[in-house]
Amino acid sequence: MALIPQLADAGTNLLAARNQMGFTLGFHIVLACFGVAFPAVMLIAEAYGHRKGDEAALRLARNWSKGVAVLFAVGAVTGTVLSFEFGLLWPRFTDRFGDAFGIAFAIEGIFFFLEAIFIAIYIYGWDRLSPRAHMLSAIPIVISGVGGAFSVIAANAWMNQPQGFDLDAAGNVTNVRPFEVIFNPATGYEFFHMWLAAYMVTGFLIASVYAVGMLRGRRDRYHRLGFLIPFTVAAIAAPIQLFVGDTAARAVADDQPAKFAGFECVYESGDNQAEHIGGICHDGKVTGAISIPGLDSLLVGFSTDTYVKGLDQIPDDQEPPAKTMLHLAFDTMVGIGTALFLLAVWFAISWWRRRDIPGTPWFLRAAALAGVGAILALESGWIVTEVGRQPWIVYGFMRTTDAVTPAQGIWWVFGLTMLLYVGLAVTAITVLRALSRRWREGLPEEPGEVPYGPPPGEGSEASA
Amino acid sequence: MSSADVCAAILWVGVTLYAIFGGADFGAGIWDFLAGSGERADKVRAQIDRSIGPVWEANHVWLIFVLVILWTAFSPAFSAIFSTLYIPLALAALGIVLRGSGFAFRHALPGPVERPATRIFGLASILTPFFMGTVVGAIAAGQVPADGDGDPTGSWIGFLPLSLGALFVLLTAYTAAVFLVRDSGAAGEQELRDYFERRALGAAVLAGAAAVVGLIALHADARYVYDGLTSWPGIALVIISGLCGLIALGLLVSGRNYGLRVAAVGAGTAVIWGYFAAAFPYLLPTSLKISDAAAPSATLTAVIVVFGAAVLVVIPSLALLYTLSQRQALEGYTASSDASSPRR
Repeated sequence: MALIPQLADAGTNLLAARNQMGFTLGFHIVLACFGVAFPAVMLIAEAYGHRKGDEAALRLARNWSKGVAVLFAVGAVTGTVLSFEFGLLWPRFTDRFGDAFGIAFAIEGIFFFLEAIFIAIYIYGWDRLSPRAHMLSAIPIVISGVGGAFSVIAANAWMNQPQGFDLDAAGNVTNVRPFEVIFNPATGYEFFHMWLAAYMVTGFLIASVYAVGMLRGRRDRYHRLGFLIPFTVAAIAAPIQLFVGDTAARAVADDQPAKFAGFECVYESGDNQAEHIGGICHDGKVTGAISIPGLDSLLVGFSTDTYVKGLDQIPDDQEPPAKTMLHLAFDTMVGIGTALFLLAVWFAISWWRRRDIPGTPWFLRAAALAGVGAILALESGWIVTEVGRQPWIVYGFMRTTDAVTPAQGIWWVFGLTMLLYVGLAVTAITVLRALSRRWREGLPEEPGEVPYGPPPGEGSEASA
Repeated sequence: MSSADVCAAILWVGVTLYAIFGGADFGAGIWDFLAGSGERADKVRAQIDRSIGPVWEANHVWLIFVLVILWTAFSPAFSAIFSTLYIPLALAALGIVLRGSGFAFRHALPGPVERPATRIFGLASILTPFFMGTVVGAIAAGQVPADGDGDPTGSWIGFLPLSLGALFVLLTAYTAAVFLVRDSGAAGEQELRDYFERRALGAAVLAGAAAVVGLIALHADARYVYDGLTSWPGIALVIISGLCGLIALGLLVSGRNYGLRVAAVGAGTAVIWGYFAAAFPYLLPTSLKISDAAAPSATLTAVIVVFGAAVLVVIPSLALLYTLSQRQALEGYTASSDASSPRR
């Protein structure tokens, strides 16, 4: 609608820069999830192994620590790219607001440091530290995963609910109040939502690898535990996530009505709003959706009488773009989240009744898909929050089009970045698969096979 | 000293640590690239892995620290630098991505991935210091206007930026070679020590020559910085740097390990702070002063508090990591004879 010519006016730079940012962030977010949650899963396996004297659990923890290392190394470089992009793509945003939201990133720096240091110590410490000291060395990794996620999400939440500063006559930021910046209204729900998402993505994805192995007939203790530990972590997170996600959606209805109206396809304000599932949002109406009368109002205010602000109340130049994509992304996230919750319930019932994974292969088949499903839900969630915030980069204060760099050639950079990242993804997956094959065949470790690995021992050839 | 000056000093601490320790990791990548192939090359690469493996990621975080402090405490400077020098900065970032992933992947998969990953790791290690050097050169030469959007090519394709790019590559190679001399010497690998000693000396001679060229370029294109480096207090730091460099050379040639790293680090630190003193009170000589670029005072206070917390938490952790990686083994729990089976 009105936004399309507007985008065209801003030249293709805005679109190119948004694509570049969206793609690199969407790539990094998966690795970030692993950075947040994988160390915890690994630590649980190690603690279980030491407590029960379970050799399979210890082998899992040790092998997983190599996965943690490889994924952390790739995540560190893709994260670095993002911090460059703050300047390369959005110099006017950092120029004007860096002194407000930057504080959150400064805090994140400390957690990133701790994570980098203690991952190296943990990897190094296998066979070198006592079990107790070794597990202790993993605790800073787990804590910094949470703290780092909190800091980054606080900055993103601030972009959605900016506060904690004043503007002077020239529009410059003054009188910054760091606590208000960090603890803005969106920080709470965005953080818990993302934190749980990290545990779900990591848990379901690792479990799915072992589910595939079990479907192929590898039903030894190693595979069983490799499935059970991460799956249990994700299954605990899934029901809490349903609650947190629901709370977050209600908060967005209050905090950012344009975003809410966008992803729920509410065109006309009023009470007794229908909940649209699927469909196309175009030309002021929803087509092809399954619409449940009154449900949207009920979900927002626990009564069908609840008034929901629609896009008709939002000025045209403040509506989020790509409403169909936004709406479908929201539905995908909620749909997959619910399916993962049901999968967790299925597992819980079976475990409660007979202390075992459900016997039917259909459960493992579903679990094998859960990992990819969780990633899809994660990406959809980011589309909802980021595209839903448009056309603002700082909600209500700065438009994305006013933040973008005038530099030329971003489409070229975007194309090259895609090639580079696809190569990175393919190599990372190939490497992880090769590692897992080697573990399965019980081949000895290669010295230094991970990027923070211990130095090769006496007499071993490092680059064999 | 105002809190803006304190924040600038904090920024410069980060720059120093990244330039020296992060730089040495890039330099090690350069030697890795130049090692060729064969049995000795394998040994050289194994020593490089031992030296940088445990620490390279932590050293890399200093760059993130610098970027974040710059955009938080001095956002106009960050924006001006990035909107002008986006080409060399994007290429430096490319080097960082390729270096990190190349190193991460090189041993994970013997065979198909290892050789290209090793090449990429080496080549990328040259890319980043070179383009970082051009960025510093362009800033010193006053090519970055305070409002940003300077000439995207002319700003850094010039005598001073390009010669500083070359100087940065040589200095990282030199620092890395000195660290590797010390590490292989401490490990009792005399043959490797000799190998890296020859390279350290070669790099020292070349870096010395490049430094002279750099000074001429500074004289021509960055008069403010040149004058600052040749008068008090800049000159004192330049002299300290030179003395440390000579001491390091003497220790190298006489085959000593003790004090070698300290001398090399001292030489680097002194010249980096010499630049700081020479450019003071400017962040972008001579278009943007520290005080004019500084954020509101609460932000500066927050940055100082965060830095204090970082010193309390990160420095002991880093010390622990460096100690562990230097000692190569811990008392009590040395590597078992069969490293592949978990200990009970």
